Amino acid sequence: MSSNEEGWKEIAPAGVCSKSSKLFLTGDWKTYMPIRDKAKCTICLTCVVFCPDGAIHWHPEKGDIEFALSFCKGCGICANECPTKAITMKLEQE
Amino acid sequence: MKKLVKQERVAMSGDEAIAYAVKQSDVDVVAAYPITPQTIIVEKFGEYVADGEVQTEFVCTESEHSALAASLSASATGARTFTATASAGLALMHEMLFVTSGCRAPVVMAVANRALSAPLNIHGDHSDSIAQRDSGWIQLYVENAQEAYDSVIQAFRIAEDFGVMLPIMVGLDGFTVSHTLENVETLPDEVTKEFVGTRLLPNVLTHENKKVPFKLDPDNPMTMGPMALPNYYFEFKRQQDEAMKNALAVIQKVNDEYAELTGRKYGDGLVETYRLEDAEIAAVCIGSTAGTMKTVVDELRQEGIKAGLLRLRVFRPLPVEEIRTALENVKAVAVLDKSLSFGGNGGAVFHEVRHVLYDSKAKPYVVDYVYGLGGRDASPRELRGIYQDLLQIVNKGVQNPIQYLGLRE
Amino acid sequence: MNSQEWKFTSKDIAATPDLFLSGHRACAGCVPATVLRLVMKATRGPTIVTEATGCMEVVSAIYPYTSWATPWLHTAFETAAANASGIEAALKIMKKKGKVKQEHVDVIAFAGDGGTYDIGFQALSGAVERGHDFLFVLYDNEAYMNTGIQRSGGTPHGASTTTTPAGKAVPGKLQYKKPIAEIMVAHDMPYVATASPYYWRDLLTKVRKGLEVEGPAFLHVLAPCPRGWRSDPAKSIEYSKLAVETCVFPLWESVNGQCQLSVPSRLIALAPQKKKPVTDYLRGQGRFRHMFGPQGKKLLEEMQLITDEKWQRVLKKCGMEKQP
Repeated sequence: MSSNEEGWKEIAPAGVCSKSSKLFLTGDWKTYMPIRDKAKCTICLTCVVFCPDGAIHWHPEKGDIEFALSFCKGCGICANECPTKAITMKLEQE
Repeated sequence: MKKLVKQERVAMSGDEAIAYAVKQSDVDVVAAYPITPQTIIVEKFGEYVADGEVQTEFVCTESEHSALAASLSASATGARTFTATASAGLALMHEMLFVTSGCRAPVVMAVANRALSAPLNIHGDHSDSIAQRDSGWIQLYVENAQEAYDSVIQAFRIAEDFGVMLPIMVGLDGFTVSHTLENVETLPDEVTKEFVGTRLLPNVLTHENKKVPFKLDPDNPMTMGPMALPNYYFEFKRQQDEAMKNALAVIQKVNDEYAELTGRKYGDGLVETYRLEDAEIAAVCIGSTAGTMKTVVDELRQEGIKAGLLRLRVFRPLPVEEIRTALENVKAVAVLDKSLSFGGNGGAVFHEVRHVLYDSKAKPYVVDYVYGLGGRDASPRELRGIYQDLLQIVNKGVQNPIQYLGLRE
Repeated sequence: MNSQEWKFTSKDIAATPDLFLSGHRACAGCVPATVLRLVMKATRGPTIVTEATGCMEVVSAIYPYTSWATPWLHTAFETAAANASGIEAALKIMKKKGKVKQEHVDVIAFAGDGGTYDIGFQALSGAVERGHDFLFVLYDNEAYMNTGIQRSGGTPHGASTTTTPAGKAVPGKLQYKKPIAEIMVAHDMPYVATASPYYWRDLLTKVRKGLEVEGPAFLHVLAPCPRGWRSDPAKSIEYSKLAVETCVFPLWESVNGQCQLSVPSRLIALAPQKKKPVTDYLRGQGRFRHMFGPQGKKLLEEMQLITDEKWQRVLKKCGMEKQP
């Protein structure tokens, strides 16, 4: 990354950002990761609503959710708020 | 040669002339807070708004800091924006001045130059805007109401130029120019409107990988004013400095274009030389004092003394080449400072002129006269005394490099 | 689409694309981030966002990365409302001059404690007095978190912050939480509301109402910060629920000065036995830990008293005080 930074002649004025943060994967921050027990999950989507990082995606066409672990920081809010306790936080194996 | 446009002579003060120029320049947003001696600008503009004579959103903000924040934000949304202030108001804007230039917003601001507190003083000196010379704003200083009118109109063109895209402040001496009635030749509305044109926007690359007009627009989202860490901040600042360099030529070009239209030009746009071609002694000054100095120079010339004057119309960007060339053959230079950098060995204009002349072939003597602080008048006799001193200096060298003109010891 | 027509099911919310994007650098468990995500999900059309300096501004725009799918401007710490004023004025006049394509553009200003209670207050008060059409959202994490958890006008009484630590001589912040929402009501403004992210439907409805109002709207959202509150990140949303259940943070809205309790708080007003003791909320937050020590009993009693007094005041304002 650092060797590819633009010089002063190339960057946009006023700091107009050139990259979406979706390219910045915060998933490596986590120590714990969410594991979902599909049997207990009622697809209430509470976890999708509360995730500070928008790291749980609802796929209506599949009728299911997906954990975007590349953004998940392992805060555990999803596990704490899940009404059926379908999510548990487990130590991420490296 | 193109025919000059027919102009109408109106009696106006500097403040009124500026309000009139803004009225004619198709400005979208004026966000301002009143402060003496700028109040007439906003009051006059308020009248235009109340009478439905302008298509402008007039936002009476609750402070100057918010006035500039609102101006900057309006400009970022694509609007042509104007504001005005003086003294403490400009000082309160200090933080936002840097933000405005950093965001490359071409805001035009009139500054009715006035002394800074403490003690409180409402009269004219340059300490307010000279103290902001590092802020990344283009700085123009006018000599009279006519130039105030002309310069504000030119300012929109200068600031909005794609190679510049910097905010610009036009300084006029508090009370001396802001409140004194003069004859001002004004352009017809449609001529001014055509000269300033519509605000055009350069294209920038956004995070959606599109090159779109530089403004806040939901159709083409962009993020302005982010945090830039040490690995990027420096490059943005370098860009601003480059834009300042580009401004030199743009100011000259706009000055020339305006002269074709009106018959009026202000030197080459950057500096105005007065009887300097064969001058042996010269003074350098900013603002309305130049008017008195020109009279003094004429008197001296009558007596056979080769005196001249250099008026800096533009202080930022500093017209380095123009200053050096103008003072090339002068033997002794007196710089007039209507502000003081405490503990800095003289005033800012002195520092900068001296540093420019450091590289000239013939090194003239350069001395400083701090004068007029808090609006104290400098009489023709006192100003003439400066040239008397210069004559002595040519023969005997410098005794007092920094003097305070008109100060009671 | 107005707030009556719009659907607030979790499926609709979940299906609405995020305008506050993943990849921002907020701490794990940061509820201000949830708040911003949810507020942006409730937008109704073209929107321009402006923000004061603070946590959310800094984590969402680190050049060259941006987490904003809408136009976004940051200028300084004091200026969220002043920015909104300038943007709104520009849109207004440019629309008149035919320079704006969109039928209507909403302007939202986000700010934290500093940008609302303290350094940003002047601009907020001025913008509201001038009647600009914009929504101001305060994400209240109750201290200057971005600069290191220093006390703000929004820090509650007794909280330990880095400039008001709970020490041997002084037990945390001595002053009280500035009643910012009530101050905004006193501005005679069209819409003021308090919200908590746990009650997300209520929050989203209030965002919509705020956007729909023609004129200024103010939304005070409690946004727990696990770092600054020194609490378990996983419980951050839970704390926003407990704050309402203990009446530390009552939910209400004021429409043209007429105040009404929102459902979660109204349920407690109607069934006072449901009101939880304030210790349920304070426990587990490191910033109140000193209240659970040997010297803490008196402090806890004081906290209950403050909470009850404030609750009574809110009830009275909403016309629901208990009949003797």
